[in-house]
Amino acid sequence: MPPFIRVSNLTMGWGDVILQRNLTFQVDRGDVFAILGGSGCGKSTLLRYLIGLETPLSGEIVIDGLGRPNLEVGRPPFGVMFQSGALFGSLTVGENIGLSLEQWTPLSHDAIGAIVRAKLRLVGLDGAENKLPSELSGGMKKRAAIARALALEPPLVFLDEPSAGLDPVSAVELDELILTLNQVLGLTVVLVTHELPSIFKIARRCIMLDKQTKSILAEGDPCDLRDNSAEPRVREFFNRLAKRA
Amino acid sequence: MTETRIRPEALLPTAEVELSDAKGEARQVSLRGTLTFAGAADIWSRIRTGTATLKEGDEIDFDVSQAGAIDGGTMALLVHLRGELAARGVRAEFTGAAEPIQALIHLYKGDIDATKRKKRKAESLLAHVGRATVQFFEEVQGVLGFFGSAVLAAFGLLREPRTGNWKAILPTMERSGADAVPIVVLINFLVGFVMGFQGATQLKQFGANLYVADLVGLSVTRELGPLMTAIILCGRSGAAFAAELGSMCVSEEIDALRTMGFGPIRYLVLPRMVALMLVLPLLTLLGDLMGMLGGLVVGISSLGLTFGGYLFETQKAVSMWDVFSGLIKSVVFAMAISLISCQQGFATTGGAEGVGRRTTASVVSILFALIILDAGFTMFFHAFNL
Ligand SMILES: Nc1ncnc2c1ncn2[C@@H]1O[C@H](COP(=O)(O)OP(=O)(O)O)[C@@H](O)[C@H]1O
Ligand SMILES: [Mg+2]
Repeated sequence: MPPFIRVSNLTMGWGDVILQRNLTFQVDRGDVFAILGGSGCGKSTLLRYLIGLETPLSGEIVIDGLGRPNLEVGRPPFGVMFQSGALFGSLTVGENIGLSLEQWTPLSHDAIGAIVRAKLRLVGLDGAENKLPSELSGGMKKRAAIARALALEPPLVFLDEPSAGLDPVSAVELDELILTLNQVLGLTVVLVTHELPSIFKIARRCIMLDKQTKSILAEGDPCDLRDNSAEPRVREFFNRLAKRA
Repeated sequence: MTETRIRPEALLPTAEVELSDAKGEARQVSLRGTLTFAGAADIWSRIRTGTATLKEGDEIDFDVSQAGAIDGGTMALLVHLRGELAARGVRAEFTGAAEPIQALIHLYKGDIDATKRKKRKAESLLAHVGRATVQFFEEVQGVLGFFGSAVLAAFGLLREPRTGNWKAILPTMERSGADAVPIVVLINFLVGFVMGFQGATQLKQFGANLYVADLVGLSVTRELGPLMTAIILCGRSGAAFAAELGSMCVSEEIDALRTMGFGPIRYLVLPRMVALMLVLPLLTLLGDLMGMLGGLVVGISSLGLTFGGYLFETQKAVSMWDVFSGLIKSVVFAMAISLISCQQGFATTGGAEGVGRRTTASVVSILFALIILDAGFTMFFHAFNL
């Protein structure tokens, strides 16, 4: 089976500034794939390229064998949670989640309401349906955004630091949720994260971006990299985080 | 009497600048005592004035061996001064730092090589004008490109009307239209009133009192009604649209919308455009009436005209086309307001400050566009004798 996402020789940047050069990797169907790296090395930006918001300077991105996602036509086959949540401020949490259901499914109003409530329960936000995003805390916003990303049952989700800013208990619950969705529904997950426990627990494969060399520093199973990587900076990354975690 | 205790010299926060003559080596700034942010202003000015005479190639030491403690703010200032000296070609180094102070120096990067920086030359006036001109044409190009995308989105919408954000139109009309009624009424009334008043003083001299109705009626319906109302809408809705879309842009909401398969132009811009294009002609009609009412009040109160006489004269002077041409203008104005404000909103970068900047820019650009369009219309109608 061809990989779900195939990235070859992707170069990201603006004008004369190059952020990352010649990135090549692939994500298989059913994977939980983590993008790691220090702050500002371009993890969120890589997601923006993968979901078709930016045009590569060079290189190729193929999702589901269909090429770069074209956001101008129809509905892309994935859900996205942005780092900031990016909930629509003028809509309630429920409306945020129901929006694409209303647009893309023939479901009735009641049915949409039921799905919205179910998704909110899934992320532990029961009863937040009629709240405005401005009334939620940072962690709640993230969870609402995850619920929105999952609204249309996409086969693929992109999550940008889903558990950052969550309390430890919610963070663990969220990891479990991601893992369950992955195992039960076969959901493919591409996530950016700094949380070492969640990397080891849920990520089956990862790439680590490096700011200095503007390239992929390491690729593979995170546990494997931690123990066996030949690159000292990779081991340092895992161990430094581990000390804090 | 209590005995004045003499504090140890080492605790007095001071900075002494010792500049010896050209062959002397004891050029140094001695920093003593506990240097806190509270006393930093004094140290700052002492070092600055003390080192003002140093020339390129000179060296000076910041001697901190006598300093008990230095806080972060003071260290930041010292490092900055060191950089300033380096920019003038004067080498300054910290000397005699004890362990904790050395760590602080390192933290504030006071131990890295502060090489001579090139000062950026101020832009010449010509270059500035040139850059501003290029920017202006880029803005115009941006609006025209946006207009193209909006037209394409509109055609797309006609093909699949189901995907339109129809339910946003009514609330937008209410916000842009209904809520603007009081100010539209007031301003247009005053414009008609003032114009009537100014005209009356002139027309009285020729005994042509009655013609104030023609003057007010024609200028209000053809020019001032549409223009004034559009300017009000620019200040209200234009600014609001730019700010709304701008803040959606910086909070990645527009990106989120796109990844959910909603074209932002179709979903956000077209409803606003349609709402304004429906609402502005209505408001203009209201403004026309109010302007003429203003003239009527002047006519009756200070020119001795009768109610019926004024109305009859207005009816004679103002044709359907005069009113209709104003309405045509207002539709185009509405398009300009919504296009420019939305385009500026979408072009927002740089957080809350960027939103403010774009909002201001959009109001200015819209006013400019309105005046240009109005002049264009006047010339067009004149050329075709309309
Ligand atoms: N549109 C842009 N133009 C120029 N620089 C950008 C742009 N978007 C992001 N950057 C820069 O790219 C770098 C990487 O950002 P990001 O991908 O958000 O990092 P992170 O890995 O922490 O998620 C940052 O230094 C950011 O300032
Ligand atoms: Mg990021």
